[in-house]
Amino acid sequence: MATQEEIVEGLANIVNEIAGIPVEDVELDKSFTDDLDVDSLSMVEVVVAAEEQFDVKIPDDDVKNLKTVGDAVDYILKAQA
Amino acid sequence: MTAQRQPAKIQPSKGAPYARIMGVGGYRPVRVVPNEVILEHIDSSDEWIRSRSGIASRHWAGPEETVAEMSIAAAGKALADAGIAAEDIEGVIVATVSDLKQTPAVATEIAYRIGAGKPAAFNVSAGCAGFGYGLTLAKGMVVEGSAKYVLVIGVERLSDLTDKEDRATAFLFGDGAGAVVVGPSDVPAIGPTVWGSEGDKSETIKQTVNWDRFRIGDVSQLPVDSRGEVKFPALTQEGQAVFRWAVFEMAKVAQQALDASGITADQLDAFIPHQANMRIIDSMIKALKLPEHVAVARDIETTGNTSAASIPLAMERLLATGQAKSGDTALVIGFGAGLVYAATVVTLP
Ligand SMILES: CC(C)(COP(=O)(O)OP(=O)(O)OC[C@H]1O[C@@H](n2cnc3c(N)ncnc32)[C@H](O)[C@@H]1OP(=O)(O)O)[C@@H](O)C(=O)NCCC(=O)NCCS
Repeated sequence: MATQEEIVEGLANIVNEIAGIPVEDVELDKSFTDDLDVDSLSMVEVVVAAEEQFDVKIPDDDVKNLKTVGDAVDYILKAQA
Repeated sequence: MTAQRQPAKIQPSKGAPYARIMGVGGYRPVRVVPNEVILEHIDSSDEWIRSRSGIASRHWAGPEETVAEMSIAAAGKALADAGIAAEDIEGVIVATVSDLKQTPAVATEIAYRIGAGKPAAFNVSAGCAGFGYGLTLAKGMVVEGSAKYVLVIGVERLSDLTDKEDRATAFLFGDGAGAVVVGPSDVPAIGPTVWGSEGDKSETIKQTVNWDRFRIGDVSQLPVDSRGEVKFPALTQEGQAVFRWAVFEMAKVAQQALDASGITADQLDAFIPHQANMRIIDSMIKALKLPEHVAVARDIETTGNTSAASIPLAMERLLATGQAKSGDTALVIGFGAGLVYAATVVTLP
């Protein structure tokens, strides 16, 4: 099971890969759409990659609620448990 | 004692060792519809449409550009490209979801009007995978021996089934026809097809209301447009769910098709995916790790999503613009309403 730190790091790499955002910009309080240039479709790609990396399921209906990096980290932490 | 009757021996049919695509042709309706026209009916922007879909314009058919007319134009070009006479065509397969006349299948009218004798002729309904389904059937017919040359046509008038006021779909769809001639080959030139269906996701792309709803008399439950008029049935979709399926599952299917043909990404010359969304195409390129040298069909920018017609139209453009050439090895994959999919590797005509 990944720790909070590992999840942030993993997400940072995924966001970097998909949207080309520098890894160090991906912080807990950053909004995917407003701060990180991850639009609704890139968000689907981020989620798909995160599902694979952290072995969790994130249904479409829940994706809308993941506004910030912190939201995603919390979701993955809970889903792993 | 009478002699026991031997089971009668049935002559097997004699087909070609392999099949290939011999020629391709396309028809694009005269009217070009830029995003500005779409914006007259929905709250959106050119920038949003381009960034989310890669579409700048599409073609919409006029009253004269019927499913049959567009098909005949595309078929004529494919026959000329293949150097095959219409009368030698022994099968006509038309993949479409937007011919509004249910019976008879438009394939028979097309076969007759191009001057193709009395070929086997039928329609295939497999959404945006329709071309791949038709191609697979045509290959089977040629190799099995029931037809020497087969026309496979993908044709759509999706503008007839588009809700111009639905901001989730109004900008996506276009009209057109693409055709190929499939015939005998001494070497394998159409690989194994990886295809299938996922009926559990049948609700993710569908027609808004069934035709019989209009027969019931009471139309009060039917959706109405901004002028209060009952809306004609249209295509609707759960965009995010379909996008997720396409980028995640279809990349896997594309890889399986490469593996089934024994072709590596490095050996490919061209990638011709169904033109559903530029973002899906970009994502697939990444997932398949396609090298720089692979020419990628990006016809969607000026054609939109033309469902069953998109692959042959994109194939024709790739060849016409010199981005790919005859003899090149191309990966083709179609996917859409059903959900259904079909992917294979072909040698370009
Ligand atoms: C259709 C598609 C481009 C829509 O993109 P999307 O990101 O899923 O759109 P959503 O409906 O989630 O909306 C995302 C945001 O854009 C807005 N939006 C939706 N449609 C819009 C439009 N036409 N113009 C401007 N904004 C729009 C939404 O209101 C939402 O804004 P919000 O986050 O502030 O609430 C996309 O889902 C897609 O292409 N999916 C694949 C479909 C496909 O290829 N189908 C055919 C297969 S054969």
